[in-house]
Amino acid sequence: MRIALFITCFNDTLYPDTGRAVVTVLERLGHTVEFPQEQTCCGQMHFNTGYRPDAVPLVARFARTFAGFDAVVTPSASCAGMVRENHPVLAARYGHAGLQRQVADLVPRVYEFTEFLTDVLGATDVGARFPHRVAYHPTCHSLRGLRLGDRPLRLLRGVRDLDLVDLPAADSCCGFGGTFAVKNADTSAAMLADKADGVLATGAEVLCAADNSCLMHIGGGLSRQGAAVRTMHLAEILAATEGTP
Amino acid sequence: MTARDPAPAPGSRGVVWLGAPSFPDAARIALGDTRLRANLKRATATIRDKRVAVASELDDWEDLRDAAAAIKNRTARHLDHYLVRLEESVTAAGGTVHWACDAAEANRIVTALVQATGEREVVKVKSMATQEIGLNEHLADAGITAYETDLAELIVQLGDDRPSHILVPAIHKNRTEIRDLFTAEMGRWGQPAPENLGDDPRELAEAARRHLREKFLTAKVAVSGANFAVADTGTVVVVESEGNGRMCLTLPETLITVMGIEKVIPTWSDLEVFLQLLPRSSTGERMNPYTSTWTGTTDGDGPTEFHLVLLDNGRTDTLADEVGRQALACIRCSACLNVCPVFERTGGHAYGSVYPGPIGAVLTPQLVGIEQAASLPFASTLCGACYDACPVKINIPEVLAHLRAEAVEAKRTANRLPTAEAVAMKAAGKVLDSPRLLAAAQKAAALGGRAVARDGRIGRLPGPLRGWSDTRDTPAPPVESFRTWWRKNKEGER
Repeated sequence: MRIALFITCFNDTLYPDTGRAVVTVLERLGHTVEFPQEQTCCGQMHFNTGYRPDAVPLVARFARTFAGFDAVVTPSASCAGMVRENHPVLAARYGHAGLQRQVADLVPRVYEFTEFLTDVLGATDVGARFPHRVAYHPTCHSLRGLRLGDRPLRLLRGVRDLDLVDLPAADSCCGFGGTFAVKNADTSAAMLADKADGVLATGAEVLCAADNSCLMHIGGGLSRQGAAVRTMHLAEILAATEGTP
Repeated sequence: MTARDPAPAPGSRGVVWLGAPSFPDAARIALGDTRLRANLKRATATIRDKRVAVASELDDWEDLRDAAAAIKNRTARHLDHYLVRLEESVTAAGGTVHWACDAAEANRIVTALVQATGEREVVKVKSMATQEIGLNEHLADAGITAYETDLAELIVQLGDDRPSHILVPAIHKNRTEIRDLFTAEMGRWGQPAPENLGDDPRELAEAARRHLREKFLTAKVAVSGANFAVADTGTVVVVESEGNGRMCLTLPETLITVMGIEKVIPTWSDLEVFLQLLPRSSTGERMNPYTSTWTGTTDGDGPTEFHLVLLDNGRTDTLADEVGRQALACIRCSACLNVCPVFERTGGHAYGSVYPGPIGAVLTPQLVGIEQAASLPFASTLCGACYDACPVKINIPEVLAHLRAEAVEAKRTANRLPTAEAVAMKAAGKVLDSPRLLAAAQKAAALGGRAVARDGRIGRLPGPLRGWSDTRDTPAPPVESFRTWWRKNKEGER
């Protein structure tokens, strides 16, 4: 199986550790991962902010870059959701028939990381050890967009020595919402405050999720408060073993 | 329907409150009101939990949602047919149907109908359509007083206030505020509040009951809204909790109903679906206390005259939009408001419209035109909770994103120079369409970010990112992007 990693522009630039963790886990499970250098961005920022025509070249680039792979794996529920839900919309509205076909052909092979591990590889124990108290925040795109359900939790429960604690009001949005956090900064901050309170109430050392964007927002708020909770993409937890912290 | 004025004056369709600030500004004011936030949090959480509990009792809940969406969708596709059928049925049953293309026309029709009776007072059962067109204000200008009889609407009216929730219009008021309002204002409108009125909910309800009873027993004209109208039979349906609607619908001599044209459903049996979904989704009850249905007029029973005003006011324009038209399926249950994290913190006034919350954010800009409410489609994180809660499966996030594109497009057409945001998006698009430019930008960001960072974190930022950085640290970009790392460490292996 030819597996491509779609790192996403956001992870590529700010969270390269997440990409390395995905590679580590997949290689540990005996798979080879390729990273097509022509990849850039799924176009979510443009799409969700109302700049649809500007997202179209990115859709075409995505379809072109990943056309030859059996699976495209991404450590971002929101970017996977963007490809699945909105690339067909953009291709239908702005693209030629060729692009529509390319997109329709590729979309079923695009997977969010935990989905790929559980549904395609059938793995819930990926050989990880992480001796820490961990809370999981189901981001809106994992929860209601991709309907990941308990897949991330099944994987976290498979990690040795990990103490998984429940996050209060877990299904409430953290208030990030991409450009929402800038356009409606005050409302976003109010939502963040409640989410941060919930995280602190768990006494967790680490908060993890399947989207670094939400974690950047929550972690940024916790950091400003001087809280000691770390935020980590769950791929990094799944990549951890005896030798790593 | 008569043709609409090609260039309606701003706000001529009502719907938005003139002079209301944009959502981010209005939200800031609301967020500063800690009592409002506490009220909203408590109220929405209570209704939210009740809704989930009663919806999960039905094992065919998802089938019901699908059925409702299908009925609404099919009706919308043949709306012209069902409206004409409704007119025939209502007329055959002794009622009179009037067609209003916009708010002004609807107001003219209703005012003339009231004037024809010679009365100067009307009682009203809660109706969003008449709020949308500003009927009370219009009637007041003609010297006619309209009395709201829904308890929450009464509170809003006495306070010269605006509703902030579809179902609980006075959700922003607590009981002490309501007591003070009753004591100060009821006497000016009719029966005064009793001496030494307390703030116990029972006492408040009793005071309202006495105040309203006087109106019900004297009013000769009533104005109502409609939850549904059955095309086949000409039956109009109002669903409510307090019995005030029943009073308004049965006691007066003349009944005038104003309804949006999207409220029509084809057959009586279609009601079965909605009467299960609506109360569960709105109040978390299995059945609402009062469901009133009436068909034209009946000798010796109820009003002797019945008028049905069918209101367009932007609805056929909305229907023309393939994505946006699904907002017309709304049955005004308010489930989306109660699950929305943005509404929960800002309340309804921030939306500057009769229709607040997620449904308001998609309905309002379509009814009035995107230019009049351009900030509303952005008043959401697209978290999707509204879509999950909607009993008729309106994909609100999809419509929000669609309307954002329209808002951007409208701004582009209106302005000679592109906005700063448009320039930035265009530039970002260029960079993101080139791995080479992206790598260069990543290098620049790493250098720049690390220059301003302390302990690997960036604190306060200037310009448009100030709102973000006021409450959050941002990680400094790492020295090495993933793609650089891959090229250095992995490329050789392949």
